[in-house]
Amino acid sequence: MNNLLWLIPALPLAGFLLLVAAGKHLSSKLVALTGVGSISLSALVTIMIGLNFLSSATDKETYHQTLWTWMDVGGFRPEIALSLDALSLVFVFVITFIGSLIHVYSAGFMAADKDYSRFFACMNLFVFSMLILVLADNLLLMYLGWEGVGLCSYLLIGFWYENPANGYAARKAFVITRIGDTAMALGLFTIYYQFGTLVMSEISANAASVWQPNTPIATVTALLLLAGGMGKSAQLPLQTWLPDAMAGPSPVSALIHAATMVTAGVYLIARMHVLFELSALAQMIVAGVGAVTLLVAGFSALTQYDIKRVLAYSTISQIGYMFLALGVGAWTAAIFHFMIHAFFKALLFLAAGAIIEALGHEHNMFKMGGLKDKMPLVFWTFLIGAASLSALPLISAGFYSKDQILWYAWASEKGSPILWFIAIFGAFITAAYTTRMMILTFWGVTRTEIGHHPGKLMTIPLIILAFFSVVAGFIELPHNFGHFTLFSDLLHRVLPSTVLQADESSEWKFQLLAFLATFGGIYLVFIYYYREPYKIERLRENSSFQSLYRFWHNGWGFDRLFDLVFVNPFVFIAQINKRDIVDRFYDGITSVTEHLYRLLSATQTGSLRWYIMGMVIGAIIILGLQIML
Amino acid sequence: MSSSVSTEIVMLLAALLFVLGITGVIIRKNIIFMLLSVEIMLNASGLAFVAAGSRWGQPDGQVMFIFILAMAAAEVSIGLALILQIYHQHKSLDIDKLREMNG
Repeated sequence: MNNLLWLIPALPLAGFLLLVAAGKHLSSKLVALTGVGSISLSALVTIMIGLNFLSSATDKETYHQTLWTWMDVGGFRPEIALSLDALSLVFVFVITFIGSLIHVYSAGFMAADKDYSRFFACMNLFVFSMLILVLADNLLLMYLGWEGVGLCSYLLIGFWYENPANGYAARKAFVITRIGDTAMALGLFTIYYQFGTLVMSEISANAASVWQPNTPIATVTALLLLAGGMGKSAQLPLQTWLPDAMAGPSPVSALIHAATMVTAGVYLIARMHVLFELSALAQMIVAGVGAVTLLVAGFSALTQYDIKRVLAYSTISQIGYMFLALGVGAWTAAIFHFMIHAFFKALLFLAAGAIIEALGHEHNMFKMGGLKDKMPLVFWTFLIGAASLSALPLISAGFYSKDQILWYAWASEKGSPILWFIAIFGAFITAAYTTRMMILTFWGVTRTEIGHHPGKLMTIPLIILAFFSVVAGFIELPHNFGHFTLFSDLLHRVLPSTVLQADESSEWKFQLLAFLATFGGIYLVFIYYYREPYKIERLRENSSFQSLYRFWHNGWGFDRLFDLVFVNPFVFIAQINKRDIVDRFYDGITSVTEHLYRLLSATQTGSLRWYIMGMVIGAIIILGLQIML
Repeated sequence: MSSSVSTEIVMLLAALLFVLGITGVIIRKNIIFMLLSVEIMLNASGLAFVAAGSRWGQPDGQVMFIFILAMAAAEVSIGLALILQIYHQHKSLDIDKLREMNG
């Protein structure tokens, strides 16, 4: 079983290669079969290996497979080696399982697209890169996957490249994540310089003996890795690319920009948790970044028109929760929220994609409305996803994962009342914008007639994801409510458990407050948007409210700030330096050569006598020199 | 054979002939005369070889002269053939009119 590990990434790679080589000649049915089949088989292999792992592997055991040595230069000897432990198992499961559902959906969603095979080729390459990212046993191979998913993200955001705006969004995503990646590369250099190895298990084992806790080098390294995670996971201040990344097709948003790639930062920090535990400051910054991000993105989500942008900001906000959990040392809670979030956010994106397609590519929620009865299946699945997102108590999976984070934000040794307050206020906002999105989309009068209903290929993944968005929460229940810890028990093989400072008996009070926050958010929006809509109209007329609304709508002006600080000076320099200053020197060389050439070519008269004359004069000069010297 | 004429005089004569030849090549317009002048230059160098050979009592100078003679024969035959062709093509032997290959 152990040695089948290579099959998990190899199958999507094979699918990608086949589609790239022969995609143009295959019928669309075969393309879909290749694209979907490779991921589905990979998911099957994952489930087989996973079951084997769960039933037989002992606590500290990992499945490890070395495929070959990448290079061997002066003692630097990275291997192409895969390693599977509980943490990567969760990620691999989410990637292949949700990935295959999204691929099935795509087979229906993209059916009319002329670049069908290109789409599936990119998607397969993405799944391959993502699997390499989470299965790699050393940081270098992980970095390969890390860059691979960045490339696929770029290719798929700009999938409809005829529209220049999509190309711009793709470039923006690529460049901004590259900033984080550069920091991460510096982090890798530091780690290699300090440890002499990039194998993750060795780093984790040696970290405590190489570095003293809270030394500057430990903090700097952890922060460099954090910067890499912030870029990929769209955390403040590198979050501006994700809302624009919604230019890609909806399945891409579901797979890459909600379920898997954007959580790579969470994986990186969880994987390197030993380094972060060595630096209290770095962990505090992780928590702080998460907390600020979840609030900032939540307010922005509250004011968007575009349904996909609401979901994008909510993704940023939910990943903020994961960072917050990582920061307070609630490692398993972060991974649990990652898994639950992958289910419900993929569901929400796919359902939103179905709505957008049915309405003839209408993204604006204010032009939707009244879809409750027209698309009942999409409505019910979307409702389940939304309930999970807003953490509706007891019946939704999102409640169990978010409640854990809220509790640890208060109770963990590294938690604090401020973090807890931000988190619970974020929960309030989450409930509010989710309800706003639901009401605008599904209730009220019909503003756009639906063109056609989504087919079976698209609805079945929705149903399966909706099922998991409810059920997945039950594998981890709070201690005062069932106390069932299947998920965290599994992850505690890899990740340390959280050290508590508060008494567990008070947990129910916090759960009650979380209930109130959720229902408060729902109720507030219910009043303003449904029961008494004139109130929101009156609020809109207030000019200070309007400017605040616009400020949030534009993502707190981050884009404008970056334009002002980085883009505009750069463009300005580029403009004044249009005729490249460095090029002047080389232009000089060319013009001198050209003049010399014109001068000499004038001697080429074709007159034989002049040539002879030249030869004679030359001979005389040489002879004269010979005699004289 | 006693050298009645000193080597310097012969070398001077050879140089004179050589300069005459070069002058001919440069100032003559007719290709045939240019060819003739080239022959004069060849003979001047041949004379210099022979004189030098006799000065050092070596046969090499005369060997070189035989070489030059053979080469000159070949050169004249090819040169005359070229001149014939040029005349056929251009109906002229004036070197100043045959300047098609200017830069």
